[in-house]
Order: sequence, then C-alpha cells, then structure tokens
Amino acid sequence: MEKKGRFGPYGGQYITETLMNAVMELEEAYEHYKNDEGFKEELKALYRDYAGRPSMLTYAEHMTEDLKGAKIYLKREDLNHTGSHKINNCLGQILLAKKMGKKRIIAETGAGQHGVATATVCALLGMECEVFMGELDTQRQALNVYRMELLGAKVHPVDSGTKSLKDAVNETMREWTKRIEDTHYCIGSVMGPHPFPEMVRDFQKIIGIEIKEQMKKAEGRLPDAVIACVGGGSNAMGAFYDFIGDKEVRLIGCEAAGEGADTPRTAATIATGREGIFHGMKSLFCQDEFGQIAPVYSISAGLDYPGIGPEHAELYRSGRAEYVPVTDEEAVRAFEYLSAKEGIIPAIESAHAVAYAMKLAPSMDKDKIIVVNISGRGDKDVAAIARYRGRDLHD
Amino acid sequence: MTKIADAFNGKKAFIPFITGGDPDLDTTKELIIAMQDAGADLIEIGVPFSDPLAEGPVIQEADERALDAGFTTDRLFDMVGSLKGEMRIPLVFMTYINPVFSYGTDKFLDRCVKAGICGIIVPDVPYEEKDEIAGSCREHGIELVSMIAPTSKDRIREIASDAEGFLYCVSSLGVTGVRSEITTDVGAMIALAKEVTDIPCAVGFGISTPAQAYEMAKLSDGAIVGSAIVRIIAEHKRDSKRYVYDYVRSMKEAVDRAYNEQYH
Repeated sequence: MEKKGRFGPYGGQYITETLMNAVMELEEAYEHYKNDEGFKEELKALYRDYAGRPSMLTYAEHMTEDLKGAKIYLKREDLNHTGSHKINNCLGQILLAKKMGKKRIIAETGAGQHGVATATVCALLGMECEVFMGELDTQRQALNVYRMELLGAKVHPVDSGTKSLKDAVNETMREWTKRIEDTHYCIGSVMGPHPFPEMVRDFQKIIGIEIKEQMKKAEGRLPDAVIACVGGGSNAMGAFYDFIGDKEVRLIGCEAAGEGADTPRTAATIATGREGIFHGMKSLFCQDEFGQIAPVYSISAGLDYPGIGPEHAELYRSGRAEYVPVTDEEAVRAFEYLSAKEGIIPAIESAHAVAYAMKLAPSMDKDKIIVVNISGRGDKDVAAIARYRGRDLHD
Repeated sequence: MTKIADAFNGKKAFIPFITGGDPDLDTTKELIIAMQDAGADLIEIGVPFSDPLAEGPVIQEADERALDAGFTTDRLFDMVGSLKGEMRIPLVFMTYINPVFSYGTDKFLDRCVKAGICGIIVPDVPYEEKDEIAGSCREHGIELVSMIAPTSKDRIREIASDAEGFLYCVSSLGVTGVRSEITTDVGAMIALAKEVTDIPCAVGFGISTPAQAYEMAKLSDGAIVGSAIVRIIAEHKRDSKRYVYDYVRSMKEAVDRAYNEQYH
C-alpha cells in the first residue's frame, strides 16, 4: 500500500514530534477545504480580482523567428500581482490558515518573491507576518526586504549556515516549533513534509490548467513541450501537473547549474544530488558522502536550494519529466535576450527556462510548440545582472 | 554489553549530551570518560549535521565547529569503537536521519553495533515514519528512542506504547537550549505515558541547573542536558574536562537527591 503523502518512494513527514500535530491539523483542514465550494469560490475570486488571473499566454514572435524552430509561447506569471507565481500559493495557504483560525504567518524566502507574496496576502487578509531570509539574500535582494517591510512584515535576516534559502527554511521551521498554536508556516514551494508538496502543487496547478485552455484557443492543440525553472519546483510543478497524463507533452525542468554542474559552485540537484531525507521529505539533495547537506550556489537566490520537491524527484525517477542544468552565464544571456527581443524582463529564475528554450527550439520543427513558464518578472534582478556584467548601479 | 535499561536500574538517570568532534574527537573521547567518572548514567553523543533543525544556536554552532574541524561519521565510529572496554554505561547516538540514511541505514547501524552504541535518537523521524529505520534497528539490536513533546497530546499513548529503551520527553516548545523556566506540565505528559508503558521516561530540552534537573527528575526517571554542557565546551575547548566533570557531578547529585527523596 502506498503511504500517505508519498510520490513513489519520495515525500513523507520527516519532522520533529513537536510539529506533528500541527502538520496533521493542516492536513485535515486542507482535505476539508479543498472540496469546500465556498473556499474554492473565495480563492477563485482572489485569483481573478486580486492576483489578476488568468495570466496571459503570449506568443513570442521575435524569439520564434530568431531561433528558426519551434513556436514559443510564454506563460506570463510575471504579470500576476506581486510579479510572480508565488501569489497563487500564498492566497491559497493564507486563506486556508485564516479558516483554521491562525493569526500569524511565518515564511522563508530566497529571492524575496515568496516573502513579498506572503507579506502582500497577509496585508490583504489581516494576518501578522514574519519572513525569514538568508542574510546573503537580504543583501542580494535589499529592495524586496524593504518591500516586505512596507507591506507590514517583519523580516529576520538568517545568519546561520550558508546564510541563504536552505538556512531560511531551517530557521522558519525552528520558529514554528516555538510558536505553533496561532501560527501557520506558509512554505513557498512544493517541498517540506506532507501535506505541503501536494497542497502547494494544488494551489499552483492553475498555471498548467490555464496553459492548456489558452493553448487550445490559440493553436487548437497541446504544446509539445512545457519548460519551467526548478528550485524547490513550485512553478514547474504548477505548469507540469495538468500535463502529466498527456504523455506526448515533454515536461522539462531547468535547474540552476551556477558556474556549472561539474563544479562545486552549483545548485543542480538532479544533476549532482542523490537520495536523502531533509526538510521533512525524502527526495534528492545535494550532499556529501556522509549526508551533510552541500552548500549550493546560483546567481539566482530563488533557485539556490540544495533539494527538490518530492514530486519532481518522482517525475524524474519515472522518466515522465526531464531535468537539465542551466548555468549562470546561460541564464544571464537569456535574461538579456528576452528583454531585448520581446520587451519582457524575466526573473533570473525564469531566465533559466528561457535559456533552455533557446537551445531546444532550433532543434525542433516549425510546427512544434514550446511553452516557457515565465514564473516571475525581473525588475528585482536588474541591479544584480548589471553587477554580473561589471556595472555597479546606484539605486 | 550495556543496555539503555542499565542507566535507570535502581536510580534516576542523569544523561549528558555532547556533540561528537567538538572541538575535536580526542577531546570528545576524553569528555565521555570524564562524564562517566562524574556519574553520568547514559551518554548521548550528537552526530554533527549541517542543518540540525531541532537545535538552538549553542548546538548548531557546535555542529559547525565539528564539521569545520574535519568531522566525518567514519571518524566518529572509530573514536567510539576505541572506547570499548572503558565504558561501563550505555552510549547512544543522537542524529538526524540524513546522516544515517545517506550512509546506508544498515551499514550505519552495523557500525553502531561494532562501536558499542546501544541506541539511537532521531528527532526528525516521528512515529509515522518510524518504519524508515525501526526494522533495521530491531535487526541490529539497536534501541530506537521515541520522543514525546508538549504538543503530542493524544499521540502520547500511541507513541509510548510502542517505545523502547527510554521515552524522551521534550519539556518545552521550540529548539534545544537553556531556558530559565520550564512551564509545560511535564508531570501530566509523563503520567499519560506511564499509563501504557513501563519503560523509563527522561526529560530533556531547557534543563541547565541542578535545581531544574532535580525538579525534572522528581517528575520522571531522568534528566537530559545538552546545551549547558556544549556551552562549557565552547568556552573551554580542549581544556573542558575539569569543568564538564564538575558540572556533571553537580547535576548527578541533584538527580540522585530526587531519587533518594522518592524511594528512601
């Protein structure tokens, strides 16, 4: 019999006893509300009237012409309120937390997109909000720190370990064990203990559902490939999920290779990691031979994570999805390329997916179709990319 | 071969914790012997992990120091193995699941047996995920210590009725670390556990003073102390032996006092 919260061998609930009842309470509430018509209507209204869904599907005409291969469409999660797909999950989870009678939301953030989305929804729904962010990331993404504060959140820089996303998750989990009764941990990706991977995926699967509808309208058929970047993997899981049964659609996740998947300065979990149990889940992790979690690196603070959601690990194991490493340099080039070609500045995270589309499209026939999920907008990254190119901008 | 039960036989147990390899494995070895001499009844050796989710800053930093100093699981096994013959009290590992799983659970437990480790505590394997290691532990004769927490409520009976070795009773919400006060009704938690199990219950998290050890031992079968000892080691490093010895002695006296008052 398949155990609860498992995707093949992956997933599970590997957390301390102190948190078990909280996670079980959440599971029970989610099982109830996900089938509750009132909840579903309320969330749908928030998606439409507050987040701006459905997000557009834009035909990338110049990119398609330039690459001389498959037709490329862009799923515009960058146009959502707060500028990324993260709002989908935050609206779902925080609305649920409110129904559960929680008063306070805590969250981790890497690039700050999830933190900003969390702070935004907390402002909207009248919840207290505290965000944990690696100290290095608070420097890389100072603007987002201020943005969260503006929205009423308290931001805690995390100076333990590698001072980035993984450590922010550690610290948020520790904070949750200190104060559980009135607090919900709004995990930002399809990771952590059950029910988070499943619940976050459900709140993000709207992306794939919309792609399918919009594609049918635009082309009258399914795309041949859906490409998305993968850190923990929530935008990819959201884009892929509705296509899992459509075997003819290739699902391609783009991991952050940093300076290269063959160097230690990488965050490509599938390319370099192996099975492990960490952050509440059995999945794939970058780690040394003794199971110490490896310090990872990517130019993108949002993909700078040493693991991957358990459902992705299973999609990889079963061969249903493919995962490819994309380097900093390739991502930066794609960031510049999409900006200049289409007038769309993608998040550096999403630029990893764009980079692979640039490689793949020319090898495909012109009657083929690729959808690239632009998970977020790149305004937050402009200063960092300028720095990467040797220009120091003053805000 | 010692068993966890020996630690509670005709006494209440004082259970010190130290992080393996902090500041180095030679010092850890010396401290284990010193703690035994000072009256420790069972010693928990922490296996350093890069991301110890249940630990407060004191033990997190100890883990970091050990890893920075070149700690590996293999070296820890070698050091513990070299203690054989010198130990009269049981030793257990306190480790996160990834260092076990990643090493190969059976290989890890096999080396535990060879090194003379008689139990393991794995805080990120709750009751629901016990199957991950429980079968292998049984095969190797390693006792898997279960934990109950202030939030466990109805789960206490279920967990306790399946527990082996001793039941680790987490005194407070939050992570490990010294607390000025323990406000949880630890007595009620233990009473609930005792309804369904005869195995000893020891209380940990937040205990640092002899007065706290005495209070907690009065309510239970033993007291576990980690951060307070690790803090001494952080301060005195390779010269911690005398300080750790004196501290463990004072704590053991407090626990003995609780026993004597209750049974004599």
